[in-house]
Amino acid sequence: MSDSPQLLFKNRRPGETVFLADYQKTGGYQPLEQVFRSMSPEQVRQLVKDANLRGRGGAGFPTGVKWGFFPADKPGPKYLVCNGDEMEPGTYKDGELLAADPHQLIEGMIISAYALQTDVGYIFIRYAYEPQAQNLRRAIAEATEAGYLGENILGSGFDLELHVHGSAGRYILGEETALLNGLEGVRPTPRLKPPFPATRGLFDRPTTVNNVETLANIQHIVSGGAEWFRDLALTHEGSGTKLYGLSGHLNRTECHELPVGISLRQIVEEYGGGVWQGRKFKACLPGGASTPYLTAEHMDVQLDFESLEKVGSRFGTAGVTVFDDRTCMVAATLNLIQFFARESCGWCTPCRDGLTMVEWLLETIEAGRGTVEHHEMLKEQLRNISGTSFCALAEGAMGPLEGLLKHFEQEIVDHIETGECPFR
Amino acid sequence: MVKDLKNEQIGLLDAEEIEAFIRHAAEIEHPREMIIDVLRAIQKNHGWVPDEGVELTATILGLTPLEVEELATFYDKIYRRPVGRYPIHICDSIACWSRGGEEIAAHLEQKLGIQMGQTSADGLFTLLPSCCLGGCGRAPAIMVGQRFCGSMTIEEMDKLIEQLRREGGA
Repeated sequence: MSDSPQLLFKNRRPGETVFLADYQKTGGYQPLEQVFRSMSPEQVRQLVKDANLRGRGGAGFPTGVKWGFFPADKPGPKYLVCNGDEMEPGTYKDGELLAADPHQLIEGMIISAYALQTDVGYIFIRYAYEPQAQNLRRAIAEATEAGYLGENILGSGFDLELHVHGSAGRYILGEETALLNGLEGVRPTPRLKPPFPATRGLFDRPTTVNNVETLANIQHIVSGGAEWFRDLALTHEGSGTKLYGLSGHLNRTECHELPVGISLRQIVEEYGGGVWQGRKFKACLPGGASTPYLTAEHMDVQLDFESLEKVGSRFGTAGVTVFDDRTCMVAATLNLIQFFARESCGWCTPCRDGLTMVEWLLETIEAGRGTVEHHEMLKEQLRNISGTSFCALAEGAMGPLEGLLKHFEQEIVDHIETGECPFR
Repeated sequence: MVKDLKNEQIGLLDAEEIEAFIRHAAEIEHPREMIIDVLRAIQKNHGWVPDEGVELTATILGLTPLEVEELATFYDKIYRRPVGRYPIHICDSIACWSRGGEEIAAHLEQKLGIQMGQTSADGLFTLLPSCCLGGCGRAPAIMVGQRFCGSMTIEEMDKLIEQLRREGGA
């Protein structure tokens, strides 16, 4: 399927799930044995820092730095939490990974828990991923049976128990402090930061929250080394591979493991098989619903954190959703805003009221009833909401709106001037 | 414990399930983290979570009904009103929208003669809009209960509804 190095997807076969015996056949749990044989927790943390692994859940914060804030050496209960609440529209990579190879996450979590010296870990997984949750429960049972989980792992004196925690919907649970509330069983609105979870997280104890794909990379960094991991990327600053989930108006919409830094053109043409129905590429969300649009002029941009920031967007989750040239970008943005407005937890005013306002403005413009005032109000809402909300949800919602105003403002004008949607 | 429950609460969960939840709650440090598990179990047995289900959850976990209710009303996949035998969650997020999700939704509304949020007269289907189901590579997608169905077309949708009607014994 791909000539490029496969780490996370190396065992993936269509329609199958790999469990312990097959996972071990391709070297599974050897890195873990190596860690318990010859590495201190501090050495693992340093290795992850040197590898420059950046969080795969959307924000891209360097994992080694995040771990650096964690009081690993402080005695007492501490927690490692895996964020498997993947709900950003256009993003399905963690679901694909856990459907194919759940031990990838389990091994990564055990090594990470050892590095952070936490003896309890939680995997918080979204409602729609029940088959994946079942895979994880089985993988945990297998790993426990094999002595990789439980008490005194491989004679090291280190103990770890892992729990799978289900959910029941709502995008806000992907926000790490809302997720912690969700785990505790209290109403999952986000928490005020500081204190950050590293100081006071789950049950008020030190907690690190990492994404599924982030944690699944750890054993590969252990086995290949930091330099090898950095060299996997095609950009100088980048590191590793990335799971790119393709969707929208492409001939092939699948999830691929490809190097960080691959160009948008390769994603669209080579892996997506080109834009569907012989149409032209108009725009895409490069990394999920909250990342500002890229356009045809960005085809040679490398998909990585720095390079996408330079062109005013974000790498996000690397869920690439493509739009063909018949797509109305006002309508597409309206759809995205409707998602964010409905999923707002309602805690803070800019998000609860602001997003509803933006939704109404876009609806009005899309229906052909918009005026110049509505256009101005849209820009005003972008200014008012950006940077003022309690958590990142409303901030993320401004991504597509910002992209619309930056790249497709003429479409707004056309709707207003003609009194109808030009794409219908 | 089970003998202390009100009649309306019994039947929402089996006695063994209730005992198992109570045992587990006694073993762990923070039983409150089990709220969603208990609500989901009630929903699995009963189809939805009535007021008595909220009270039962509170009783099992030693919480107030309000502490349970503020979660039950927050999560969109906990049904606090009756739903049909097959709740159909129709993804209306961007990837499905781009590949005909709106047509699938409109077709279902027309075929079943109901709107979003309503239940068909035969009690089999409830249509619910849903955010992204995490199956964007197989858009447009729906979820029947917790079963994911991707790459839906009008024809596939018709076949699925007929199949569920047969299974549901309408």
